Amino acid sequence: MKKLNIGDELPGLVIKPITRTNLALYAQASGDHNPIHIDPDHAKNVGLSDVIAHGMLVMSYLGQAITNQVKQSNIIEYGVKFSSMTRIGDTLTCKGLIVDVRQTDTRKLLKIELKVFDQNNDQKLIGFSKIALSKS
Amino acid sequence: MLDRSLINKRYPPISFNIEKQRLRFFAKATGQTDPVYFDEQAAKKNGHPSLLAPPTFLTVVGHEQDEPYKYITDLGIDFGKILHAGQTYKYHYPVYAGNVIKMESQIIDLYEKKKGTLQFIEFQSTYTNQDNIMVAESLATLVAR
Repeated sequence: MKKLNIGDELPGLVIKPITRTNLALYAQASGDHNPIHIDPDHAKNVGLSDVIAHGMLVMSYLGQAITNQVKQSNIIEYGVKFSSMTRIGDTLTCKGLIVDVRQTDTRKLLKIELKVFDQNNDQKLIGFSKIALSKS
Repeated sequence: MLDRSLINKRYPPISFNIEKQRLRFFAKATGQTDPVYFDEQAAKKNGHPSLLAPPTFLTVVGHEQDEPYKYITDLGIDFGKILHAGQTYKYHYPVYAGNVIKMESQIIDLYEKKKGTLQFIEFQSTYTNQDNIMVAESLATLVAR
């Protein structure tokens, strides 16, 4: 990240439309085999029109918006609240905005507000990350 | 009504070996483009001892056990009604391929919203590596609707 001031935005990260294959692979890779993500029959039985994406998959995509800009070892905290379901075919855009910058004796502490939207500008999650950069 | 006597209930520690293949598969499934997550040579060139686990990888440790959702069934909640409402990680130390991670968890809060129609469970975990370094903490918020 070149600029590190309050109000600076992280470059937006656009994710290819969510496919069933994405969800099947993530189910296997994560060990989260909840059928709500992989079995449309089950999804219908619990009142959904189709499978929904794992929230943690969306959080994983969003994490790249951070790690594309700072070293992962600089991330000291990363949290999200899921606000809306992500469905097959959704195109997600991950965004970040620096909302706080603090300088301590040894480190520069950043707080980034994070959001993910779909193609209809529906907010999928809101989150934050705290970053600690050592003074160079 | 959630049984609030289960607040602070602890679950037995579980241990997970972080294998390179699993990290590569997780990197692929989450669309990682930075090779430190799937190419060991690149990881070493960037100063890492082996493949680096991405920020959300520790979720795997929670899932890879015999009864990953025992804390939900202990509450008498139908797993089909559960949605993931939130997730937070605090990071203290990097996690690499070859690490053996011990996860210890407990229910830390139970509460209801919207006149009891939404029931929230807060489940906290700590992750310690084979050198007894606490590498991370997590807080999962689940909602039963």
